[in-house]
Amino acid sequence: MRLLRIVPDNTKFDFMRFRRISFPVSAMLSIVAICLFFFHGLNFGIDFVGGTLIEVQTKENPADLAKMRTTIGGLHLGDFQLQEFGAPDDVLIRISEQPGGDAAQQAAVQKVQEALGDTVTYRRVEVVGPSVSTELLSYGTIGLVLAIFAILIYLWFRFEWQFALGAMIANVHDIVLTVGFMSLTHIDFDLTSIAALLTILGYSLNDTVVIYDRIREMLRRYKRMSMPDLLNASVNATLSRSIVTHVTVAMSLLALLLFGGQAIHSFTATMMFGVVLVGTYTSVFIASPILIYLGVGVGRMGGAEEPEPPAAATPVKSAPAPQRARARR
Amino acid sequence: MLFFTRWKAAAILLTALIVCLFAVPNFFPDRMVQKWPSWAQRHIVLGLDLQGGSSLLLEVDTNSVRKEVLQTLSEDVLHTLREARIQFTGRGISGNGVQVHITRDTDYDNALSKLRGLSQPLSGYAGTTGQRSLDVTQNGDLITLTPTDPAITERIRQAVDQSIEIVQRRVNELGLVEPSIQREGTDRILVQVPGLQDPTRLKEILGKTAKLDFRMVDQSMTPDQAAQAHPTESEVLEDEKGVKYLIEKRVLVSGADLVDAQPGFDQRTNEPIVQFRFNSSGARKFAEATQANVGKPFAIVLDNKVVSAPVIREPILGGSGQISGNFNVQLANDLAILLRAGALPAPLTIVEERTVGPGLGQDSINAGEHAAYAGAALVVIFMLATYGLFGLFANVAVAINVAMIFGVLSLLGATLTLPGIAGIVLTVGIAVDSNVLIYERIREEVRAGRTAINAIDAGFSRALATILDSNITTFIAAAVLFYIGTGPVRGFAVTLGVGILTTLFTAFTLTRLIVAYWVRMWRPRVVPI
Repeated sequence: MRLLRIVPDNTKFDFMRFRRISFPVSAMLSIVAICLFFFHGLNFGIDFVGGTLIEVQTKENPADLAKMRTTIGGLHLGDFQLQEFGAPDDVLIRISEQPGGDAAQQAAVQKVQEALGDTVTYRRVEVVGPSVSTELLSYGTIGLVLAIFAILIYLWFRFEWQFALGAMIANVHDIVLTVGFMSLTHIDFDLTSIAALLTILGYSLNDTVVIYDRIREMLRRYKRMSMPDLLNASVNATLSRSIVTHVTVAMSLLALLLFGGQAIHSFTATMMFGVVLVGTYTSVFIASPILIYLGVGVGRMGGAEEPEPPAAATPVKSAPAPQRARARR
Repeated sequence: MLFFTRWKAAAILLTALIVCLFAVPNFFPDRMVQKWPSWAQRHIVLGLDLQGGSSLLLEVDTNSVRKEVLQTLSEDVLHTLREARIQFTGRGISGNGVQVHITRDTDYDNALSKLRGLSQPLSGYAGTTGQRSLDVTQNGDLITLTPTDPAITERIRQAVDQSIEIVQRRVNELGLVEPSIQREGTDRILVQVPGLQDPTRLKEILGKTAKLDFRMVDQSMTPDQAAQAHPTESEVLEDEKGVKYLIEKRVLVSGADLVDAQPGFDQRTNEPIVQFRFNSSGARKFAEATQANVGKPFAIVLDNKVVSAPVIREPILGGSGQISGNFNVQLANDLAILLRAGALPAPLTIVEERTVGPGLGQDSINAGEHAAYAGAALVVIFMLATYGLFGLFANVAVAINVAMIFGVLSLLGATLTLPGIAGIVLTVGIAVDSNVLIYERIREEVRAGRTAINAIDAGFSRALATILDSNITTFIAAAVLFYIGTGPVRGFAVTLGVGILTTLFTAFTLTRLIVAYWVRMWRPRVVPI
């Protein structure tokens, strides 16, 4: 049986050349994402801004959104949104936080339930009071920052500081772009979004670490190879793995996206963007070349020194091949 | 890398088998599992988002606890000084403490030492901590008593403990199935009731403090006059309809003296009522009070609202009585529950509510299952197409991996939420990646000109280091998620974390063992990937 080869053997793409494009592009995209965050904002869910979310199934199919809008509008509960959710008779009602503390939120739910009466069945009622929502937001942010630093410290122990810093820059870049994506698409930003961001962080690091591992190995083996060549060789050597893994992850996510239901739709959509698009791009085009700028392997940059025989003489061609003599332990 | 001693191989297989076996109870109905020995009964609990139910987060009003501490202190000061026959003026609460002016300067030292006596040493886990419950300071004729921070913290802790106990009793009285009540942080209580679709009644029951007092009605002036005169020993309270009463602050008997309360019907009017019985000291106090006040009205006050204000027709000596106050059957029932369960030491506020109906729960389970099957099918086919026989090995390893995740989750009695299912689906991705890393490395080693067995050996030894590094980073993210997350997010973190551990186990042992066995059996010349 002939096996599927997505990536041919011994690829020799010059990924590092793209750093002159990828760095400015990423910088620009990051700035756009930050601007989006500040000026367009995130569609914060009730977890973070408080308020009420009620999912109902109407007895009439499809739901008469206009009628519901007048019914709920008559209650004078401030801002509210109605939205079809997954099915034509499934409606999501979002009511903004009521002034007057935690007890006022409960009163609002009661009013809505009285107004809608028997015309609907309640699939879900979520009420988050002001004291909880502020806490959840700060815990979420603290968690994200804490995770980044914990991982940074781990990488610092396992590699050198340049690697840890490089991985951190790459991952903050991922988070920033994903937040930008969430702002642009107006996806609900709630607790599960924080979970999505942390998972993206984990996956993207996973990817970065796999390539860094290879770079470290090559650094030890080829003492004289120029840095861009060495990085190219490392990325090319792990290319097939990166692609295969991302195809499988994308397949898992695709299954979740198609069959996982509305409740985790925004979660999977975010993951799809973060893991498959940004994470892969970052580890190849940002995390790896940034090591050059952070000064890993300074002194070998020019490659002008006497080449080490024989592997380093024609680095890219023979780079993925490990030397026999030191291969066995 | 490819050599396993006989006992090592046996240990690996046995571990995997045992962990997988723990997943078994999940596939049998509860009725059957209950007959098994208790160690075999552990199973995964479905989260409220999957099985439907209601989750309420309650917050104990710590400000009211603080206020109560000061009020009690103020009364203690009054009694202490009266007992010592020390004259004073201007007793009252100011800021975080209680102040009192001592009238005669000859009393200063005596007053100070007497009031210092109110300060108790605080005890910690290891005996006394050296801290005391009050700071007592003197400035001229003014003595200030301030409760210390540890004393307040301790009082709040007690109040939350008491509240949990009372919430527990109230929830049990309602006859709800398998409620879970636990402390969250310092001043919150999480109440979760699986299967509860409409928490309205639960919220009403939990939202009441249920502080019941029997007090005399003050007839020295009308409530309207009292609004002008501000009497110190009485206060104006209203009933449900807004009628004002002037009620003495002194409590004849409090709800703490009740031993039983039951809903019933008045024999003459057939109106719903609550019948109650006092304990012996409550009965004595009530008898004395009613004997002394025949012909005068008294008031039954619940949470600072007058329930009823009947006139005492004759002394009530039996220690039992009834409350009537325009109840319907449900209200009488709820009041009886509240009185039996006791009063909360401080009001509770609902700060978060999440209720999921059974329809949505079942839909989510179905969605999760479909996604899991679809994802698994795609990945299995893709791995077979890419790695052939080795793809089959990978699929076997991943399948065992998933079974082990269920085993560990059962062992932990973990809660499976919808994000948790997502976590398992993603773990499949990670588990596949570990195999991909190994196989790609073997391919590389083959290209470098190694013999088949050599390449497999080297592929494993190099890939495993990378797998360890990359999984630990993801594990750190999962750990942080677990630590900061609540509810569904925590469920996701648990499955992700457990998934990483089982992935490491299968990559380091099982996959290797399968390949090693294959190598020994077939002695391959070329690696078929």
